[in-house]
Amino acid sequence: MEILIPVLVVLIIGIILGLGLSFADKFMSVPVDEKQIKIRECLPGANCGACGFSGCDGYAAALAAGEAQPDKCAPGGETTAKALGEVLGVKVEAQKKVAFIACGGRPDKVKETFEYTGLKTCAAAALAGGGPIACEFGCLGYGDCMRACDFNAITLSDGKPVICEDLCAACGKCVKTCPKSIISLIPKDAKTRVSCSNKKKGPAVLKACDVSCIACGMCERACDAGAIKVIDNLAVIDYSLCTACGKCAEVCPRKVITAK
Amino acid sequence: MNKITFICSILLAGILTNNMVLSKFLGICPFLGVSKKLNTAFSMSVAVTLVMVAASAVTYPIYHYLLYPKYTYLETVVFILVIAALVQLIEMVLKKYIKPVYNALGIYLPLITTNCAVLGVTMLNIQNELDFVSSIFNALAAGLGFMLAMVLFAGVRQKVDEADIPDFLKGLPITLIAAALVSLSFLGFAGIGG
Repeated sequence: MEILIPVLVVLIIGIILGLGLSFADKFMSVPVDEKQIKIRECLPGANCGACGFSGCDGYAAALAAGEAQPDKCAPGGETTAKALGEVLGVKVEAQKKVAFIACGGRPDKVKETFEYTGLKTCAAAALAGGGPIACEFGCLGYGDCMRACDFNAITLSDGKPVICEDLCAACGKCVKTCPKSIISLIPKDAKTRVSCSNKKKGPAVLKACDVSCIACGMCERACDAGAIKVIDNLAVIDYSLCTACGKCAEVCPRKVITAK
Repeated sequence: MNKITFICSILLAGILTNNMVLSKFLGICPFLGVSKKLNTAFSMSVAVTLVMVAASAVTYPIYHYLLYPKYTYLETVVFILVIAALVQLIEMVLKKYIKPVYNALGIYLPLITTNCAVLGVTMLNIQNELDFVSSIFNALAAGLGFMLAMVLFAGVRQKVDEADIPDFLKGLPITLIAAALVSLSFLGFAGIGG
């Protein structure tokens, strides 16, 4: 019986507070925009921040206020963008993006310069004279990007990270993590890709790696659409112009440009 | 000692010598979390002060008329319950009337519930056997002390943000070091008031 009184005391205090709060809610509740709730339901709730707002709630509020575009959600991709477009009454042509590692060197095509026995992370290896490979812009292959990925979209095979494009949510974490800054987000349907990031001049690049862009400009001349340009000694594709004809891949003497 | 000097000494102790954050190390979470900008730091401390005073006012009668002397072990549970309800109430009021402050405080507002400085004040009131009026003033002093610490530290942080800091210290590490130094400077007050 001794226990009954304290239990009752706590219970009564709880009930009084609860009733007080529900009364307060009646008088002071702020009507939340119905649109915002609907928008929030369309979002995946990963709170990854890829949209640039503080989590999914922040993005939903910005969308409801008309301050944001509906195609910013990376994990949700096309389906979310379409659903958002329906709620907002806007037509959305979302473009699904994926992360792409612009390096084809690892593991056997690029020259090794020394034996690296330090900490097995890209960040540490990059500190040791830029890493044990001859190319300053090359993938080090210790998988920092793999560890950064929340979606298990990156795996290491033969000392080289491979991106599974179906799993990739294009959140951009690997892009930020890579100490060599060679990962970028490109359209998922990009048929032609440049697998090199080396911005040095031809002869130096030629020596460093077997698959490297030497800035010969053959692709630029072969492209009918004017989508490919050599900028800073590196071929760069403008995907808004690319027609995926594959001519650049055919002419590339170093087999850096690949076409699917 | 007459009443007025007693209350003055409570205010002095709460703000300077026994500062909640810098001497007792209570309420560190909002101290580190919301001190990035001066205006959010200020509004956060106003909210905390409000909750502290209200919580002290409510917990005093609950303790002395309901719990004392038999059920004092319920202190923590009941106090947390009351504080949680108060925070909810303040959240509603802010959301309704001062939306910008509500947005600026974000996640830290509901976190006042678990802010140990608030629970700390109410428990210290009981421990030091303060009467009702002194309890209120003690809570007010603790709140003002919290505000002083927050505003001071927000200023320090804005300076630190502009400084050239080694990469490995950027962000939280340098914040913690700065907090330690500010706290150390408050130890200088420990001799006053006794």
